Amino acid sequence: MKTKPKRVIGTAGKTCPVNDPRLSGEIQKQLYRWMALIRAFDTKMLGLQRQGRIGFYGPIKGQEAATVGSAAAFEKDDWIFPALREGGVTLMRGFPMEKIVAQLIGNAGDACRGRQMPCHYTFREGHYVSMSSVIATQLPHAVGAAYAARLRGHRIVVAAYLGDGATSENDFHTAMNFAGVWRVPVVFVCQNNQWAISVPFEKQTAASSIAVKASAYGFEGVRVDGNDVLAVYSATRAAADKARAGGGPALVECLTYRMEGHSSSDDPTKYRPAGEAESWVDKDPIARFRRHLESLQLWSDEDESSFQSVIADAIAQAVDTAERFGPPSVASLFEDVCSNGIPPHLREQLAEVSPAVHRP
Amino acid sequence: MATMTLIQAVNDALKTEMRRDDRVVVLGEDVGKKGGVFLATEGLYDEFGADRVIDTPLAESGIVGTAIGMALYGLKPVPEIQFMDFIYPAFDQIVSELAKFRYRSGGQYPAPVVIRTPYGGGIKGGHYHSQSTEAFFVHTAGLKVVVPSTPADAKGLLASSIRGDDPVLFLEPKAIYRTAKGEVPEGEHLVPLGKARVVRPGKNVSIVAYGAMIPRCEKAAELAAAKGIDVEILDLRTLMPYDGDAILETVSKTGRLVVVYEAARTCGFGAEVSAFVAERAIEYLEAPIVRVAGFDTPFPYSLEHVYVPDPNRILAAIEKVAHF
Ligand SMILES: Cc1ncc(C[n+]2csc(CCOP(=O)(O)OP(=O)(O)O)c2C)c(N)n1
Ligand SMILES: [Mg+2]
Repeated sequence: MKTKPKRVIGTAGKTCPVNDPRLSGEIQKQLYRWMALIRAFDTKMLGLQRQGRIGFYGPIKGQEAATVGSAAAFEKDDWIFPALREGGVTLMRGFPMEKIVAQLIGNAGDACRGRQMPCHYTFREGHYVSMSSVIATQLPHAVGAAYAARLRGHRIVVAAYLGDGATSENDFHTAMNFAGVWRVPVVFVCQNNQWAISVPFEKQTAASSIAVKASAYGFEGVRVDGNDVLAVYSATRAAADKARAGGGPALVECLTYRMEGHSSSDDPTKYRPAGEAESWVDKDPIARFRRHLESLQLWSDEDESSFQSVIADAIAQAVDTAERFGPPSVASLFEDVCSNGIPPHLREQLAEVSPAVHRP
Repeated sequence: MATMTLIQAVNDALKTEMRRDDRVVVLGEDVGKKGGVFLATEGLYDEFGADRVIDTPLAESGIVGTAIGMALYGLKPVPEIQFMDFIYPAFDQIVSELAKFRYRSGGQYPAPVVIRTPYGGGIKGGHYHSQSTEAFFVHTAGLKVVVPSTPADAKGLLASSIRGDDPVLFLEPKAIYRTAKGEVPEGEHLVPLGKARVVRPGKNVSIVAYGAMIPRCEKAAELAAAKGIDVEILDLRTLMPYDGDAILETVSKTGRLVVVYEAARTCGFGAEVSAFVAERAIEYLEAPIVRVAGFDTPFPYSLEHVYVPDPNRILAAIEKVAHF
């Protein structure tokens, strides 16, 4: 990691005034609550996966500051094109928690009708676009949406999220190039958690950072400490403001760390150097931000325990509600393939499915 | 009515739809001032401006990928891929993204993108300017695949594709871009997707075909008529969803079927037609089904005339099933 990231909060909780976005105490507490909620939710979902109650899970742990700090910097009408680890943004945008759990289960309560693997949420009202598993494909979509918004005269910004591994894909370069040429209001937010499954950052690129890649496409890239929510917020906000004002795209690289395995199916001890994960415990973005809030007398142990109990109840309630939905209907397999209902050739195929075979 | 070539009809459809709906935009390589390498978008740049007639960087996945984003946002993008042979950099965007957006989002995000691309032989283009690989796309749930063979159909099918709410791969038979001429209704003209057209009625043998093969089948049918064989030709016009009823109707009438397509034979679209007829109408068949297609070789340069089905090969197949 040759390029030093911008930071606001030191590991001891003290702030560096240069980049400080000077957010009100209330907003800072809101950022903290989102981060803590996402952590609690994430922990619970990984637990449900271990118990066999959901099939797969892609943890966010360690990346809450990058997620919350960036997503909070956009306006509510701005669009989000997420990758795997931005699921927490659905919570920030008001997606009912039981819907999120229903998506993870893949039952009839899922807005996507059980059609995608866990973590592939879609929340149209919150402008949170359906994610594909295929790495980096969302990036040209984000650029196209930004083009469309500008053509229609809407002053919105589009957030295009990606991981460090995604920067090696064709679609990353294509999207960056189109964005630069078209000067569209899109902000690429790269969560550089330094691993793409088992492949470390050094094997992904010979560049000194992801941020430097932006200059080849004619716009600015900035590397921030992705475990520092205020630094992430401040950099993303500046990029979004500039894009909204017609200043074109930007890339924000959040240097962070994936504290869990790649997914519930992964064992990171097979490939990570001993002690690496432990060394990041001290840099935990939530603990660090809490120390900062405490030093400003914005947060106390009592605040923490009462908030933790509120969110624990909310999560338990959401899981309970979500688990009550049945499986998606068999007919739903054949719906939404195209507009105007089920076409004749699929009706015939639906008729071939015996009601007996669909029971899991 | 005006007399137009097939490519002029494509241009007319784009112009008509762009005038009618300001959400329609065109994007691709050289589509702007140049009007496209085949001139399909000629004049659009001057009339609609650079914001709606977009010269893109040279990257097919970017063309389709950004078109998807535009469609999600509410535009009606009509990207052009300069040749079907260059669609593969966008293959992932088409099959994994475009085709699946509506489905995977539980109907929340339709992606009505109409990709136009010239396909097939006819310009001595070797294997990188001549292929006909519609089968890859017909095989992908969520895409519609349309192939016109006349100017009027080119206009009407393209207009219907643009007005629809689904992704469409619109394949233009470049071999007959300028040789197919005909009357085309002026102004709004719609031809529904999914409906085949009887090109000529006949009693003895049915041909099912599409695109640039249609004129060749007509020629073969004339040669067959001189030998006393009355051929019916069905132009499918849409490959997904295809008009199964029309196929069954012609086959149940003649009991003899020749399927003609210029793609490589194995697993080509004709295999689907053959299987469909075998499943649904085998009791009507008086002879085995015969496919006349390209060969399972790369598309050749010097020997293009050997590869692409011509009236004589089609005639031989007609005679084979007629005299079985
Ligand atoms: C095109 C493609 N290739 C491979 C995969 C399998 N895969 C899933 S996630 C992943 C690593 C992604 O790394 P990164 O972009 O850094 O995101 P992270 O998982 O670290 O958030 C890989 C290789 C995929 N989903 N898509
Ligand atoms: Mg990564």
